[in-house]
Amino acid sequence: MFNQQSPFVQKAPTVTLVMMLVMFALLPGVLAYIFFFGIGVLLNLTIAIITALISEYFVLKIRNLPVKLFITDGSAVVAASLLALSIPSIAPWWIIVIGTLFTIIIAKHFYGGLGSNLFNPAMVGYAVLLISFPAVMTKWPLPASHLLDFNIAQQIQIFFYGTKEIIDSVSSATPLDYIKTQIFLGKPFDLNFTNGMPINSYFNASIIISLSFLLGGVFMWSKKIITWHLPVTFLLSLALISAIFWLIDSSQYLSPFIHLFSGGTLLCAFFIITDPVSGPTTPKGKIFFAFGVALLVYLIRVFGGYPEGIAFAVIFMNICVPLIDSLTQPKVFGHE
Amino acid sequence: MKLLDKIFKFNGGIQTNPKKDISTKNSIKCLPIPSELRLPLRQHIGNMPKLKVKVGDQVLKGELIAEADGNISAAIHAPTSGKIKSVEKLLIPHPSGLPDFCVTLIPDNKDQWIKKAPVNWKKLGIEKTIKLLLNSGIVGLGGAAFPSHLKLGNNRNSPINTLIINAAECEPYITCDDMLMRERGNDLIKGIKLVQSLLGAKQTIIGIEDNKPEAYKIISDLIIKESSVHIKVVPTIYPSGDAKRLIFLINGIKISKEKRSSEYGIQMFNVATIVAIYRFIVHGEASLSRIVTITGNIKEPRNYEVLFGTPLQSLIQDTGGQKIRNNTFIMGGPMMGFKLPSIDVSVTKTMNCVISAEPEMIEAKKEPLPCIRCAKCAEACPVLLQPQELFWFSKSDQFEKAQNYNLFDCIECGCCSYVCPSNIPLVQFYRYAKSEIIAQSIAKEEADIARERNDFRILRLEREKKERAERNAQRKAENTSEEKSKLIEEKRAEIAAAMNRIKDNEKIK
Amino acid sequence: MLTSILIILFLAVIIGLVLGFSSVQFKVKGDPIIEKIDSILPQTQCGQCNYPGCKPYATAIAKGEADINQCPPGGEAGVRALAELMGVEYKPLNESHGTTKPKAIAFIDEDTCIGCTLCIQACPVDAILGAAKQMHTIIEKECTGCELCLPPCPVDCITMESIEENAENWKWKYPVYSISTSKTKVNH
Repeated sequence: MFNQQSPFVQKAPTVTLVMMLVMFALLPGVLAYIFFFGIGVLLNLTIAIITALISEYFVLKIRNLPVKLFITDGSAVVAASLLALSIPSIAPWWIIVIGTLFTIIIAKHFYGGLGSNLFNPAMVGYAVLLISFPAVMTKWPLPASHLLDFNIAQQIQIFFYGTKEIIDSVSSATPLDYIKTQIFLGKPFDLNFTNGMPINSYFNASIIISLSFLLGGVFMWSKKIITWHLPVTFLLSLALISAIFWLIDSSQYLSPFIHLFSGGTLLCAFFIITDPVSGPTTPKGKIFFAFGVALLVYLIRVFGGYPEGIAFAVIFMNICVPLIDSLTQPKVFGHE
Repeated sequence: MKLLDKIFKFNGGIQTNPKKDISTKNSIKCLPIPSELRLPLRQHIGNMPKLKVKVGDQVLKGELIAEADGNISAAIHAPTSGKIKSVEKLLIPHPSGLPDFCVTLIPDNKDQWIKKAPVNWKKLGIEKTIKLLLNSGIVGLGGAAFPSHLKLGNNRNSPINTLIINAAECEPYITCDDMLMRERGNDLIKGIKLVQSLLGAKQTIIGIEDNKPEAYKIISDLIIKESSVHIKVVPTIYPSGDAKRLIFLINGIKISKEKRSSEYGIQMFNVATIVAIYRFIVHGEASLSRIVTITGNIKEPRNYEVLFGTPLQSLIQDTGGQKIRNNTFIMGGPMMGFKLPSIDVSVTKTMNCVISAEPEMIEAKKEPLPCIRCAKCAEACPVLLQPQELFWFSKSDQFEKAQNYNLFDCIECGCCSYVCPSNIPLVQFYRYAKSEIIAQSIAKEEADIARERNDFRILRLEREKKERAERNAQRKAENTSEEKSKLIEEKRAEIAAAMNRIKDNEKIK
Repeated sequence: MLTSILIILFLAVIIGLVLGFSSVQFKVKGDPIIEKIDSILPQTQCGQCNYPGCKPYATAIAKGEADINQCPPGGEAGVRALAELMGVEYKPLNESHGTTKPKAIAFIDEDTCIGCTLCIQACPVDAILGAAKQMHTIIEKECTGCELCLPPCPVDCITMESIEENAENWKWKYPVYSISTSKTKVNH
């Protein structure tokens, strides 16, 4: 213990408590996810957390750091959970294991461990998986309107023994993916049941899942774990940018509503860009960061090669964070 | 007054558990004269005063023991009559635990006053009054201990138009100013009017926190008839009692670290300092005592009026001692105070409160984790600094960068450490960095002087060498031609004369 | 093909003219690097670096004749600062030149001093007050602790007294806590 000096009183939640509150905030979204997309999500989460804790234990031992202190801080669990929520629920077990290993060992510990990672660990893991295994990563299951619509046994089987053919038979592209392809082919798309693509039911599921994450995000804000700057700026910017394009040509571009409630937008807004370690620390910096992420997300979604651009947008803006921080230092009291 | 109604709010700050009613249940108690008084010579900012007494001297109450050395200094007076026992290095209430020069006085219990000389400042004029105040021993009794006479001079270039009285007392546990206002309100108001006239200020605003309703009532009743004295209530947020923060809360003016409030026409004094100035000018009494709050883990916590130099041991004994014995005492408040090296110290001008440490203050704190860049510290900082940046720079000894990020603007209030989820002792890092930077700049100054002296010495040696060479060359030049031939001539003449003498002698033979 | 060669040639001429003009217009008199090195050195003037003073050592470093790790009073911090300034890699202090000792001040035992002025002549910053057959004394404030006065004294009356920590020069210490990810602190 160290020779303690002032202040002798303290009232601050510990890092562990903060991380546990984040996990608690994720709960509504996770439940909605399981309801619509089956227990694959739960399997992913469980394997992710177990892999994260085991790999973190070994890395801490190798680095000669106090194991108990760091393994109980909960940051590995949160990063692994976010990764598990970003990947398709019917992805085989080795996808989440590889992703989690990459997240914990390389994106977090190789950069220095807790508090030192330059990039958002979950997003790095996701990006690596997306680039290395594009086929598997873009196969999402069809949403159900009922949990029991899913064959649990089948899900487990796919998780552990999934082969390409079996996955193909239960999955399809996501709405964003489908619409992008249609636009590329110059074909019209219809937001109703078209070409066997149950877009409506997809969107229903998306909206409810997004609202659940919104609920969790508002909970975190009320507990003062996050400030309003990042989520509000991100959502407003994305809505604004997509609205501009939509007003120019509504047949080519999707409405802001769709952009906001599809994909991982709300998960990103409240849980991914609010990662304190890789994000900016000044309030003005947070606004610039969130705007940058929103812009990049939109550009990658509409003009880029991937249907979902959150991971790359976040990683790119992470590089700019030191610059953003140094340029947005607030004026010290009296120095105006 | 419109300004009184406007609400200003500074960024950051924290809400603490005030714990003030522990020590306000009882009135101020005057502690009897102890058996020994130990007066440290360094109790203020500035030069150490010059000793005027020696061992064995008999002194009266209020007599000058050490006089101020220069303008930025303050005097020390005998708190009671007695005999000087020793002048030696004793333990002082300082975080270092190092000893410093103290004068030990053995009271004779007669408590005999020296002839009191009230100051007729209106007749003497401001300049002479301030010279008298130089040796009044009055320093800021809010904890900063800045010699007060320096703040009373009025500068024609920046006249003072507002006097602000700091009655906020924002730190938890401390209640000495609160009790002073409740029990000595009359002296305070008279002091305020006096200081206002001394400064030539047009108005006075007393800034008080909203957790002192009794004091507020008493003071506002007393100033009803005073048209130029007003009282403004500020919300209880720590650190509203910090000078520049309080000025902002009262009139919205933000003053940076480099500037002084007098440049904006504002001067600020603590309530206890005002009463001390009043007692010196109107009653001729030098600064000999102060009110100290003894609180925390203690059997009978209350405020005491104590003579300077009273051993802390006797104070703690009078309160009944600690409830849970842990022998740890904190001087000051829990946010900015420090652990006393031992109970074997004496009361000084800066000791406004002694907290007997509650178990939660000294229990083994959890180990600090690395910084997670959550910036909660930046949200809490009342000076709008970036504590996390200052922490990274201080930790890695990048002192220049720390100064670029305004390290010296930090008031060490402790708000950042209070909210840090990783439990990092942030203020300790800033104190370390500031100490190192100051030590480095002193070392650099000394190095520059050493370089100059060395350069001059080299120059001097060269100059001496040159002069010696010139002298030799001159001597050599002079020894040729004339001088030399003259010498040779003389020598020849002598030889010739000697030869002649020999020849003559031989001839005679 | 021809156009590209002409363009590159044109650019080369323009850039060459700009550089030539700048090298004449913005020429710096003297060699400022020596001053910069000298401002890092602690000015103890002790000669432990094998040069007769700090300025000669600075000149030698600038010329490349001396290594940056020969100054014990500058300590590790000094070597690091020199390494950064000269753009070379840090290397630990060369032990053969001495070890870093805490700052000490010379003290003359007045009972033994014979007033021979040998120490006065040795002091590189003229910090000794005295004259022939008169008592010698060290001016505390000016003494750099270089120890050059100790060898010449014929009666060995000079001792070095290290400056203890007192209430005036006390500094806050680096907060130490038992987390092993703390980056290694630079020892002063």
